[in-house]
Amino acid sequence: MSLASAQKKGFGAILWDYLTTVDHKKIGVMYIAAGAFFFILGGIESLVIRVQLMVPENDFVSAGLYNEMITMHGTTMIFFAAMPILLGFMNVAVPLQIGARDVAFPFLNALGFWLFLFGGILLNLSWIFGAPDAGWTAYPPLSTQSPGHGTDFYVMALQLSGAGTLMGGINFIVTIVTMRAPGMTYMRMPLFSWTTFVTSILILFAFPAFTVALFLLMFDRMFDSAFFDIALGGNAVIWQHLFWIFAHPEVYILILPAFGIFSEIFSVFSKKRLFGYTSMVFATFLIAFLGFMVWAHHMFTVGLGSVANAIFAVGTMAIAVPTGIKIFNWLATMWGGSIRISTAMLWALAFIPSFTIGGMTGVMLGAATADYQYHDTYFVVAHFHYVLVGGVVFGIMAGLHYWWPLMFRRVLNETLGKLAFWLFFIGFHLTFFIQHFLGLMGMPRRYWVFLEDQGLDLGNLVSTIGAFFMAAGAIVFVINIIYTAVKGEKAPQDPWNGRTLEWAVPSPTPFYNFKQLPLVRGLDPLWIEKMEGNGKLTAAEPLNDIHMPNGSIIPFVMTVGFFIASLGFIYQYEYPIAYLALYGGMAIGIGGMIVRSLKDDHGYYVRKEELEGEVE
Amino acid sequence: MGENTNIEKVNSFERQKNREEMKRQFILFASMIIFTILAFLLVAWDMDRTYVIPIIIVLAVIQVAFQFFYFMHMKDKGHEFVSILIYGGAWIAFVMAICFTTIIWW
Repeated sequence: MSLASAQKKGFGAILWDYLTTVDHKKIGVMYIAAGAFFFILGGIESLVIRVQLMVPENDFVSAGLYNEMITMHGTTMIFFAAMPILLGFMNVAVPLQIGARDVAFPFLNALGFWLFLFGGILLNLSWIFGAPDAGWTAYPPLSTQSPGHGTDFYVMALQLSGAGTLMGGINFIVTIVTMRAPGMTYMRMPLFSWTTFVTSILILFAFPAFTVALFLLMFDRMFDSAFFDIALGGNAVIWQHLFWIFAHPEVYILILPAFGIFSEIFSVFSKKRLFGYTSMVFATFLIAFLGFMVWAHHMFTVGLGSVANAIFAVGTMAIAVPTGIKIFNWLATMWGGSIRISTAMLWALAFIPSFTIGGMTGVMLGAATADYQYHDTYFVVAHFHYVLVGGVVFGIMAGLHYWWPLMFRRVLNETLGKLAFWLFFIGFHLTFFIQHFLGLMGMPRRYWVFLEDQGLDLGNLVSTIGAFFMAAGAIVFVINIIYTAVKGEKAPQDPWNGRTLEWAVPSPTPFYNFKQLPLVRGLDPLWIEKMEGNGKLTAAEPLNDIHMPNGSIIPFVMTVGFFIASLGFIYQYEYPIAYLALYGGMAIGIGGMIVRSLKDDHGYYVRKEELEGEVE
Repeated sequence: MGENTNIEKVNSFERQKNREEMKRQFILFASMIIFTILAFLLVAWDMDRTYVIPIIIVLAVIQVAFQFFYFMHMKDKGHEFVSILIYGGAWIAFVMAICFTTIIWW
């Protein structure tokens, strides 16, 4: 492939390029685009929920549809919006930040993306064939007895995308362990790379538990096993344990990358090195470690016994310590810094108080005795939206503004960005702050309607108004994207006066990232070169041929195969003809694996002569 | 010439080390088989369950340790990160096993 051929291409060629790409930057952008699409779907679902709860005894949607809405909203937002967008950032930024030319397993990376995308499509297909309605937690016996195929779609979709995420996690662990540039020691890695690394470890350890739980549920629903059937000697609580052994680390899988993004942004826009870098790394690990020993705080009211509850309550409160370390480190990073309040920084600034409120209510919920009052009320809903929106969504928005120039060569408009921020920020607090009090007044979670004159009317109305503010903020952000794309002003190569390696590569980033791998002299390598060198990174190697992986359509074909097989699994116990899809899809998927295993693909070289012709 | 003898020296040192490593691998492999046979025999002998179960667990732990440290080279240099990951995974599996045996199926 010649370097010049990347110019003018037809639509078909571009489509083929994206279907076969193994380039981490393109995969990252696809992750973010697909995640944004599912984010919009999840957002629409949330608006439906809020409209239904706007007035007492509303009948905007039926009770069944409402159950489907809350289930799909939770599942979509966690698995198909927040996670892929964060994985997208990891793909875009991490190889550049650690000075690598690509990820360790480019093929696996592509496969992971397609599995996630088809998992998302499969889940949303259920809107046509009957959506899951057992809540995103899918507790049996509700999920095992849920009629129709909704929960089957939930099981197969999460199994597909979970496999993809697991691949992504393994890929990033290996990439960060083995592919750091010369001089990039572990303790010189930017914090986003660190949190990506720890997140990947969490993915590696947490997802298998969920895979097992989903298999048990799948066998109970499709093949008449009785893992969760008490009448036949099963135990429904096993699902809750397995689910939360996975799903509690899952919330750290979501929040840790956001912490990494904020760490980058605070440091860059305060023009200071991150305060307490070592303690930040330590705190990240501590959060990950403790995160595996607290899952039962979601199950205080199950009846585990007071000893188990006490242990898990103490563990939960212990997590506030490393998180507190992080909050104070960010504050100290800004202290005495030369602060620029750009849109990215604005989201980061708003994150601190918002997330701290969420953390505080988290400690309240972690107190097992008090939890008997809060459990399954809107207090819980308020709490986790404060951490997930105030933490993760703010982090995603900050990251989008921060890395947009790196991904698309455009700087997002600051005025529109700030307008979107204020709409969203006000809307967010309007929506969720009052839900704390609704919960304390006794409004239960997941209820379709509430009665009037119980002190819940005004609070719910305010909450719904807030939701529309958030929607307006999201719309302004979309307008911002279109506006900057149409305006077409090229972004400078280093628009934020960056400190890390991703701002040292030419713009647009060449597909091989670094012509010569850079020599890293310390933490914030680009900043060191700006202060002590000539602003450019010294090469760590002579100009040489670059080995790059070949693109491949096999990940896409394999995924399509498994997607068809999933549909076959869902319908096989009703229509025997679905076995055709089951076996056919599996044949395609496994055929792809065989082809991949037997066909040697050693990649190709970008020749030295070609590289010399390129101007920086 | 000087260089060559150096290389030969290094080679003989390497060879010596390799030979010892090979010897160790054989001994461990044999002991693994013996442990496995022992475990089967314990069950076959119809001993009291309260003795058999802990002994088999101890044998299993030893075998897993041999597997990791010798056959998968965790004892060698440059495996620090792998060790941390494996210890982490073992810890999580242990916590899960404790959970299932104490608060689900008690």
